[in-house]
Amino acid sequence: MTGGYILQQIVNGLILGSMYALVAIGFTMIYGIIRLINFAHGDVVMIGAFVTLGLLQKLGWPFWLVSVCVLAAGAFVGLAIERAAFRPMRGAPQVTGFIASLAVSIMVQNLGIVFMTAQPRNFTFPDFLQELIRIGPVSFRAVDLVIMLTALVLMTGLILLVRKTRLGVGMRATAENLDVARLMGININRTIMATFALGGGLAAIAGLMWGGKFGQIDPLLGFVPGLKSFVAAVIGGVGSIPGAICGGYILGLAEVLFVGLLPPIYSAFRDAFVFATLILILLVMPNGLMGKRMEDRA
Amino acid sequence: MLQIENLEVYRGRTYVLKGVSLEVGRGEIVALIGANGAGKTTTLKAVSGLLRPQSGRIAYRPETARELALDRVPAEEIVRQGISHCPEGRGVFAGLTVRENLMVGAYLRRDKPGIREDLEKVCALFPILKERASQAAGSLSGGEQAMLAIGRALMARPRLLILDEPSLGLAPLIVARIFELLAEINARGVTILLVEQNAVMALDLSHRAYVLETGRVILSGPSPDIACDEAVRRAYLGGK
Repeated sequence: MTGGYILQQIVNGLILGSMYALVAIGFTMIYGIIRLINFAHGDVVMIGAFVTLGLLQKLGWPFWLVSVCVLAAGAFVGLAIERAAFRPMRGAPQVTGFIASLAVSIMVQNLGIVFMTAQPRNFTFPDFLQELIRIGPVSFRAVDLVIMLTALVLMTGLILLVRKTRLGVGMRATAENLDVARLMGININRTIMATFALGGGLAAIAGLMWGGKFGQIDPLLGFVPGLKSFVAAVIGGVGSIPGAICGGYILGLAEVLFVGLLPPIYSAFRDAFVFATLILILLVMPNGLMGKRMEDRA
Repeated sequence: MLQIENLEVYRGRTYVLKGVSLEVGRGEIVALIGANGAGKTTTLKAVSGLLRPQSGRIAYRPETARELALDRVPAEEIVRQGISHCPEGRGVFAGLTVRENLMVGAYLRRDKPGIREDLEKVCALFPILKERASQAAGSLSGGEQAMLAIGRALMARPRLLILDEPSLGLAPLIVARIFELLAEINARGVTILLVEQNAVMALDLSHRAYVLETGRVILSGPSPDIACDEAVRRAYLGGK
């Protein structure tokens, strides 16, 4: 096991972690603002992948335009989920919204099967993204580089938006105290919608990446990245955006390194390792890496 | 400036307000006093749109042609119309900095020079806020948070300032200081509607007062008169 090999694994982990981080951000932002886990969030990843497939392969649109459209489509799906599953349940006990989002998830997956069939489809990116890049002992495809850089740009943009803009301050205020935010004149509905739109857009982009990375997509593909990104959000401390990003990278790295460094017979247990990581981190830091102690909202 | 008529609010089957009527005139300080559960906070929440009354009327500026039925407009519109509500327990955003808290207060305003001007005014009124501008609001002491909450409400440039228990949990010296500042804010032309447990201070500061008991106004009048009322003295002022 050489240093080059380990370095290669670390790069692979960062690629996977980029995608987890993008999805985890949505989980954490939505939780932060309405204190609910959106279980349909993973399915936005799947929808993003299929939109990419349709626009890129069937219609042959240029890659940059497809990316923009996928972002927009994800935002739209996020809004639709909020409108369908969460808005009508506002003020209801938490478990109601939780179950509603589960219902949306199951419905989206099954509609996917109805319209797209459960048959996995091949997913190929344009040639310029398939090119192999070598840097010393490490090699990756251009698409991997695009994944990592895009994720970094999007996450930086999001953090700036939340930290610096009026909308961002409004979102943080709403996340802290819904009623007082209303007293400040903040339109709660609009703020919550913006949160779902942002989370949805990022998740859909992660779907585009997922397809490009693994080369195959099917209507159920959202489940695993959804679940793992949820784990990433919990590791980072639900509600904290930097936490979700760290959680995503930690999980990606842990998953790849477990598989890469342990004897091959253990590689079938990669998901078990992921959840073991979660349990270990929560045992030491019950609120996650960057989570605040959560008080129940009165 | 504000006229409430026969306000009724119930939650489930229990009445919180059973026909409250009160009035706040331009430039006044009006106090709402009463025991816990009398419906003081509920009245304020109905005015600022956090709660919808089942019946009754809340008229804003009934004396002008721009009268507005507050019970029919969303909370954000009420803020835009010049009513700031400083909630019970202060409700500062602990994770936001002091400056961000103040800026949230001006959330609906677009006039940057005006906002900057008001920021300076608020900082002049509460110098401690300027000192701690980039500190998280959660790290402030109770008294500082109370000042921040009031400053934040002022950032909306309100014509009517609603305060819910500004003295709650504060040391007497700080309460006195805050009441002094409220008088000053009022002197600058802001009408104040004040809910207080501390009836002595509230009656001392206000021009007129209403006494609420289990969802009804049982007494109203100029504050000095209320302060002399035998029943009020016994119930709220610790008098003989």
